[in-house]
Amino acid sequence: MAPETQAPLLRISALTKRFGGFTALDNVSVDIPPGQRFGLIGPNGSGKTTLINCISGAFRTEPGTVTFRDEDITRLPPHIRTRRGIARSFQIPRPFRSMTVAENLMVGLDFAADTSVIVSEAHRREAMMSILTRMGLASKANVSATKLSQVELRKMELARAMATHPKLLISDEAMAGLSSSEVDEVLDLLMSLADQDITIIMIEHIMQAVMRFSERVMCLEAGKIIAIGTPDEVMSNQRVQEAYLGT
Amino acid sequence: MKRNGIYFWIGAALFLAGAMLMTQVIGNQYPFFACYVILQFIVLAVAWSILGGYAGYVNFGTSAFFGVGVYTAVFLFKATGVPLAVQIAAAAAVGALMGFALGLLTLRMQGIFFSIATIAATIIIETAITNWRYVGGASGIQLQRPAVMAPFDNYVEMLFFVQAVMVVLAVAISRYIQNSWIGRGLQALKDDELAAECTGVPTLRLKLTACVISGALMCAAGAPAAMYLQYADPASAFNLNYSVSALAMSLIGGTAHWAGPVIGAILLGVTQQLLTVTISSEVNVLVLGVMLVLFVVAAPEGIIGLIRKVRSKRNEGEG
Amino acid sequence: MFSFELLLDAVVIGVLLGCFYAAVSLGLSISFGLLDVPHVAHPAFLVLASYAVYFLNEHYGVDPLLAGLLITPLFFLFGLVAYRLYYETFEKRGSDAGVRGIAFFFGIAFIIEVLIILLFGVDQRSVTADYVGKAWRLGDMRIPFRLVVAFVVAAALTILLTLYLSRTFMGRAIRAVAQDQEALRLMGANPIRIKQWAFGIATAVLGIAGALLIIVAPVEPTLDRTYIGRTFCVVVMAGLGSMSGTLVAAIILGVAEAIVLTLFGASWAPAISFAMLLGVLAVRPQGLFGRRS
Repeated sequence: MAPETQAPLLRISALTKRFGGFTALDNVSVDIPPGQRFGLIGPNGSGKTTLINCISGAFRTEPGTVTFRDEDITRLPPHIRTRRGIARSFQIPRPFRSMTVAENLMVGLDFAADTSVIVSEAHRREAMMSILTRMGLASKANVSATKLSQVELRKMELARAMATHPKLLISDEAMAGLSSSEVDEVLDLLMSLADQDITIIMIEHIMQAVMRFSERVMCLEAGKIIAIGTPDEVMSNQRVQEAYLGT
Repeated sequence: MKRNGIYFWIGAALFLAGAMLMTQVIGNQYPFFACYVILQFIVLAVAWSILGGYAGYVNFGTSAFFGVGVYTAVFLFKATGVPLAVQIAAAAAVGALMGFALGLLTLRMQGIFFSIATIAATIIIETAITNWRYVGGASGIQLQRPAVMAPFDNYVEMLFFVQAVMVVLAVAISRYIQNSWIGRGLQALKDDELAAECTGVPTLRLKLTACVISGALMCAAGAPAAMYLQYADPASAFNLNYSVSALAMSLIGGTAHWAGPVIGAILLGVTQQLLTVTISSEVNVLVLGVMLVLFVVAAPEGIIGLIRKVRSKRNEGEG
Repeated sequence: MFSFELLLDAVVIGVLLGCFYAAVSLGLSISFGLLDVPHVAHPAFLVLASYAVYFLNEHYGVDPLLAGLLITPLFFLFGLVAYRLYYETFEKRGSDAGVRGIAFFFGIAFIIEVLIILLFGVDQRSVTADYVGKAWRLGDMRIPFRLVVAFVVAAALTILLTLYLSRTFMGRAIRAVAQDQEALRLMGANPIRIKQWAFGIATAVLGIAGALLIIVAPVEPTLDRTYIGRTFCVVVMAGLGSMSGTLVAAIILGVAEAIVLTLFGASWAPAISFAMLLGVLAVRPQGLFGRRS
């Protein structure tokens, strides 16, 4: 009964998203309490990224509502949601290619950082360097974003998201295409961020990583929630196994 | 940073002082006629670059803004006879409004759709002016220059100086945008619009801001043209050549830095003046087109990009 | 002033004119609609074809339609080269092709315009043929024969292209490349070769279209500016890449232009296609008969 005593950070109620005749999300409702490490799994095309796009504002939803920190954000554009505290990374990294790593972060600090904390230009640079150091990218600060390796690109996207001072961080397959040691590296990073009071939604295909990371896991299939609960509960669920094994 | 700013303003002051000196010393009218056109193209290219360069939205509608600037001045002059400064200020205001309206209509479109929409807007506005009898319709309108004001002893010299002031204004605005958070936001949305939104950049508002500023400057640059030619007609005021010139000068100069369009406009403007005098005005459009295609294919970052490349090579050589 | 007869007149002329607009837009429907090439120079290519037809007609007395057919292979080659150049310089390099690709075609358009001025001067040019000056009388209605020729050829061209795209192997490959380039690559086909071929076809069609353009009315070097509006209006309204949609959209434009011409006079005509284009872009960018979502 613990989650009920606490107001959820993010509440998704009765969310439906259609593209033409195709229903990508079908009446999805879920509450995510503050501080939770939340795993989102499901086969390809099950609606995971669509759900992320609805939370971050890239898609408008009709019908359904998204409530964040007790405020209805269903109709807000993405940049306002970012300023309210929702940050994300992208499945295929989308760095600002004409900029250096440092400048990529400065965009977040310029436009979305908490202005009550970060006031001056010096403040901003300090904040930028501290995020880069934490992400292990300090030596890459003045390198062009196009010159980064895959794992560095993933880290930079998370760093840029952190620059917006998020309360909720959505990591969309930040480990896809990485080696197992790199997966551990990124996983540790996300763990350390979660320890700092940031709620994290992690979408991932690498099952071990999701299971290790998440306190609670949700599985989507064809736009519907087929299981939600602790990692063990979800993994032992009959329908989840069927969805993943394709039987 | 601070020191750069001081140098910039000293340079601007010297430029204006030089322009003023020219009007007092040189008696021959021709240099002013020629330089006026070059200055006008600097303003247009710099203004184009604010939306087309920083934000990456290829505007084919420079001639729409320029033409509206011309006709704002024509209308005000005919209706009220207000002085040039008021005509220019009014043109800037109209240009800002037009930028806002056009931006709202078109800035949600991407890439080529935006570009085509701006051509469409140009032709529609031109057609409307062509059907507006009060300002002369298709056949155009003759204008009589009023008396010139001190310290100038000739109207063209005054126009030349006025356009020089607008150059300084346009470059200062463009430079401010580039170095401010607005510039950083525009650069981010140029690279990736969705990623920019999700990093907190209010993309539509920034694009609209760029469109409004760019439009105001283009209209202002067009306002004195009626007095310069003592004549205005829709076909030449809305000529697509203004669009291709502004675009070509910006891209050839390079859009990554405010100085790019200035360099491009001076280079091409001077070449055009020489070609028009020595060969023909058709050939100068040809040269413009060929240069544009060559640069876009072979030197995508323009002259600014070439300079940066040479510099970094030299640094590597030394280090 | 305005009567039912006049309206009927306008509608008939508009339908004929519309078919002609379809013929000049078909190429763009392939190059821009299917291949996503920001081909702003399409109308300039069209006017260039008209001048080639004019040249053959004026100096060698070749019938304009035959001349159009004769230059078709040349334009096909021209298209192959143009796409290769575009591909090598922009598509291959990937990022930031947008701004520069558009500027590239805009520059090409201006170069063609000026070359025509330097070669042929700024005056209007027209062709001579038996069918150019004559007209049909249907009751009180007078239908210019040149419009009928344009109508017949345009209809034939549309049908041929539709059949080509749906029935032949290459045609189907072209439509496949528009939808999923990667899938085609996996099947062992080279998408770039197919796109180049398609661009060649799109340009070749302009040979005939250019002949129609100069048959319907005299041409001048800057005529392409007006046709930017007409062709893009038709292609965008049609929904990118749909051939039958192109025909319907072109007829809508033709009728709209003919009616406005009758009601308000010729001076408003240039704005119609652009106004419709702007309207469609602002309200329904996927077109009225949209293929893509």
